[in-house]
This record gives sequence, C-alpha cells and structure tokens, in this order.
Amino acid sequence: MQKTAVPTTRRLRAGPLTALLAVLTAVSILLSVAFGAEHIPIGDVWRTIVGRLGGDVADAAYDVIIWDLRLPRSVLAAVVGAGLALAGALMQALVRNPLAEPYLLGVSAGAAVGATAVMTLGTLAGLGVWALSGGALLGALVATVTVYTVARAQGGLTALRLILSGVVLSSAFMALSSLLVFTAGDPHAAEGVMFWMLGSVAGATWAKVPLAGAVVAITLAAMIAIHSWLDAYAAGTDTATSLGVPVRGLRTTLFVIQGVLVGVLVAVSGGIGFVGLIVPHAARLVVGATHRAMLPVAVCGGALFLVWVDVVSRVAAAPREMPLGILTGLIGAPIFLFLMGRRRYEFGNSS
Amino acid sequence: MSASAGVSAQGLRCCRGARSIVAGVDLDVPAGTRLAVVGPNGAGKSTLLRALAGLDAPAGGAILVDGADLRRMSARRRALTIAFVGQEERPSGELTVAEAVGLGRTPYRQPWSVAAAEDRGIIDGALDAVGLGGWGNRPCTQLSGGERHRVVLARALAQQTAVLVLDEPTNHLDAAWRLRLMQVLDQLECTVIAAMHDLDLVLRHFDAVAVVADGGILAHGPPTEVLDPGLLRKVFEVAGDVVPHPQTGLPYLLLTDVDPASN
Repeated sequence: MQKTAVPTTRRLRAGPLTALLAVLTAVSILLSVAFGAEHIPIGDVWRTIVGRLGGDVADAAYDVIIWDLRLPRSVLAAVVGAGLALAGALMQALVRNPLAEPYLLGVSAGAAVGATAVMTLGTLAGLGVWALSGGALLGALVATVTVYTVARAQGGLTALRLILSGVVLSSAFMALSSLLVFTAGDPHAAEGVMFWMLGSVAGATWAKVPLAGAVVAITLAAMIAIHSWLDAYAAGTDTATSLGVPVRGLRTTLFVIQGVLVGVLVAVSGGIGFVGLIVPHAARLVVGATHRAMLPVAVCGGALFLVWVDVVSRVAAAPREMPLGILTGLIGAPIFLFLMGRRRYEFGNSS
Repeated sequence: MSASAGVSAQGLRCCRGARSIVAGVDLDVPAGTRLAVVGPNGAGKSTLLRALAGLDAPAGGAILVDGADLRRMSARRRALTIAFVGQEERPSGELTVAEAVGLGRTPYRQPWSVAAAEDRGIIDGALDAVGLGGWGNRPCTQLSGGERHRVVLARALAQQTAVLVLDEPTNHLDAAWRLRLMQVLDQLECTVIAAMHDLDLVLRHFDAVAVVADGGILAHGPPTEVLDPGLLRKVFEVAGDVVPHPQTGLPYLLLTDVDPASN
C-alpha cells in the first residue's frame, strides 16, 4: 500500500533564518550608506554614525550626506520593503489568490489620484513638504473605503467580490489620475507622476521613518498574534468557519489593516511594485506556508531586498535616480522564477 | 467534551439566497449514531449539512446539540463540538501533511499560541486512522486527490469533536479506501452525519438514513426499511432491491436498471 519513498520537504528553519536576515539587513543599511553619487569610505560612515549617536559631528560635509540624506533613506527602504512583503502576504491570504499583491484593492491607484492632484492642481499646498504624502495617504484611504463599501453593498467581502471591485475601481482611479495629468497645464506633470508611481525613497527624511515603521511593526505583531487563524483562513472560509475562526471579523480586520498599511507605505514611497508579490512567495518556498514561520522571514527578506535595490537605484544610472519599481521588476522576476523552478510550488488550492 | 452528542433539528428551513432549499426538516440523531443523508443531485443535501454543521445560519427552525441551541454557541465552542468536511475540500498546497491536519487543533488554542505537545500525538493518531501514518513531513502538493481527501478527513478527526459532519466523504476515494473509510467511521465514538451517494454502503454502515427530496425529508428511518424498491424508483429513478449476501446475510443493494418509467 505504501508508495515508493517520496522525498519529504526540505525547509529552512524560520527562526535562525529570520535572525540571519535581520542581521544582514542591519549590516546592509550601514554598508549601503557608502554608496551613492559620491562614494564614502565605510570607515568614515562608521565614524560619522558612531559620532552622531555619541552626540557630536565628526565631519560636517559627510554628516549631512550620511545622517540627513542616506541613512534615513536606507532605513526607510528597509521599512517599506518589510511593509510591502507583509502587505503582500496578507493580501494573498485575504483573497486566497497567488496573484494578489498589496495594490490589488485599488489602494495604490487611489493614492496615485491623491498624489497626482497634489502635483498638478496644487491641492493640499498648505501641508508644505507633506502635501504629496498627505495627498497619497488621503487618496489611499478614500480608495479603501470605496472598495469596501462597494464590495459590501454587493453582498459581502468574499474573495472574488473584493478582487473584482478592486480591479474595476483601480482602473477607474488610474483613469482619474490620467485625466488630471492630461488636463494639467504643466508639461512635466506626466514625468513627475510616472516617477512617483514607479516608487522611490529618494525623498526620505527621518520624519517619515517613525510613522511607517510603527505601522509595519504593529501590523506584524498583530498578525503574528493571530497566526493560527490566518493559517485556517488560508485553507478556505468554510474550513476556517468550521475551525471556529471568526471569519467575517477577521476579513474586515485584514481589509482595514491592509488599507492603512499600504496607504502609509505608498504615501512615503510611491507605488513600488513586485516586492509585495514575490517576497511572500519566496518566503513560503523557503520556510513553508504557515504564517508564524513565513511572515517574519518575508518581512526581513523584503527589508533586505529593498535596501539593496535602493543602492542599485542610485549607482546604476548615477547621477540620475532610477525608480525602484523598474529595478524590483528587473531583479525580482528572475530570482522568483529561479526559486519557483527549483521545486514544485503550489499555492492554496490551485494546482 | 463528551465523546458524542445528539443532534436534533426542529422545523428547520434552509435557503440559498432567497430560494428555499429544504423546509420543515425534523431530524433526531441520537448520540453516537450514524445518519446518512441521501437524495438525488441538487436535492439540498449539502445545504442541509452546512446548516447542521453551523456553517450557514438556517432561515428558520432550530438545531440543538445535546439540547444546546447551535446559534447561541460561540464559534469556538461550536468548533469544539462539530467538525465539518466539505465536498471539494483539499488541503492548501505548501503545507506539510502534519500542518494541514494540525489545523484541526485550531479551536483548542489561542490564535497566537503554537501546537501543544499533546497535539503531536493526536495528529499522528488521525493520520494513522486514514492510513497516512508517517506521512506527516510530506508536502501536500505531492499527494493524489484521494490522499488529499484523507488528509482533510484526518484534520476533522484531529478536531476530536462530538459530532462529525461529512459531505460525500467517499468522493475521490478508490474502491479499497471507500470500504476502509467506512471501517474508520464504524470505529468512531462520535455522532456521524454524512451525505452519501453510495446507497449500498449506507445499508451496512449507517444506523439511519434521511432521504432528502422535493424540498424536505421524504423518509427517515433504518436504511433497510427506508431504501425499498418503491422509494428507489420514486426518488432515485432506479430499479433495484435490497438482497442478503449469500454467505454473510448482510444486506446489499442490487441496482438492475435505470427506471424505464422515468424517461
């Protein structure tokens, strides 16, 4: 009756891998500061950061570049990478679809409308340097509420209804952005909007780090706290219901958390694509699909990935900045195809 | 939780959207007995089972489990009392067999806690029961359809509930495993309610049968009494009879033809 020996799964242990990725991310953030339009020796990087933490300024010129420009940027890249991987994992669980990514429910398209309005119409000019982020966040939240209301009015937040409402409303929001660009008097508006949509952390300041960092950290903690419900939910709504998971409440909570998380990320970094799609899959391939193992690995992996993507973005076409979305696509697709080809991979109930 | 619990439905009415599927259902399933729910395709077996398992709230009437109203139970309490396996349910890919079966332990722990030491033994026991002992570390992606179905059954067994509701559990199983599954069910202490298409198995392995047809329960009672030629012709449009096995004397269903009158 027993079949010939079938190989058991070869997986890495999630705990040590998470720790390794976290350490690598921290080291990478420090190393990444050396790269840019002007190369700074790593010794000077170290001295400047240690000096700052100790309370004095080692070298005024390096201090500005390192402490005010590059370090917040690398830290923000790590936070955004972590957040996108987390958001992607949650979205894939929420709609139980392997193609789901953080922007599926129209959050980024809504954010784009807000950002475009700021760029072309000068909306929210009173917010000063926060106008773009504010506009994007506002647009993202409006989009979230709209998609939620539409899906709800049509009979509930089922996976299919969410996807359809999200896709349709995304298209509508994108059209709205295009309309704003089309009617704008400024000929450079299209360029600015495109660069923003492809995503960048070039505008990072220390002020942007705490909010995004806090949202990502709180979401991660909350999701780890309900990891076994997420596992049951991923097995199907009927299964989850029969296992005593409060499916409706969980779905609404995931949706709201998703909206806020992605809204904040898009507000600080634009629409960086691909990270939220591939990093969660890569994490599942390496440590399996249980959320307790997979979420921390995805979060640390996403952080590490985006730190280095940002480094490439500022050296590849220096002195020009390359949008992160271009690089995440170019680097991410081959990595993912390689991982996927190495073993038979299946997501959810699809075969 | 006691090993088994009695289930009774009183004046149950179930709808799919606005359409009434079954109405006026009165059923009494004593603790520890096996009830087969049979009926032609589309009669409403699944709808009735989903209501009995607490997945969908009935449009009317009440379901009592050991006298307690199912609707008043918390989701977790219900999950500790009733396990359900759907018709086309398969374990999610990229989980190992043990992880998929371990989902059955979800109601026993807080959402943030990890599997307890005793869970390991319960999961192994459930896998042994469905003939997948020692398969725990294999990925579900490498299993055949029938093996996946057995994994889902093992998950329901690991849930260790007083009531087990199965929607067509013999689907996807080969001839040997159909019979083995019946042996597994025979040995369970809990109350079993299963939708069945294989009427022959119902005769020998179930204490009672409820025939769902025309929007209600058409007949209810011991299988050998209920499944007579008249009912087979009327409900299932087949000509057949229940005959004793020449050696064992156990009842077998002999289907001879599609009922000519039905065409």
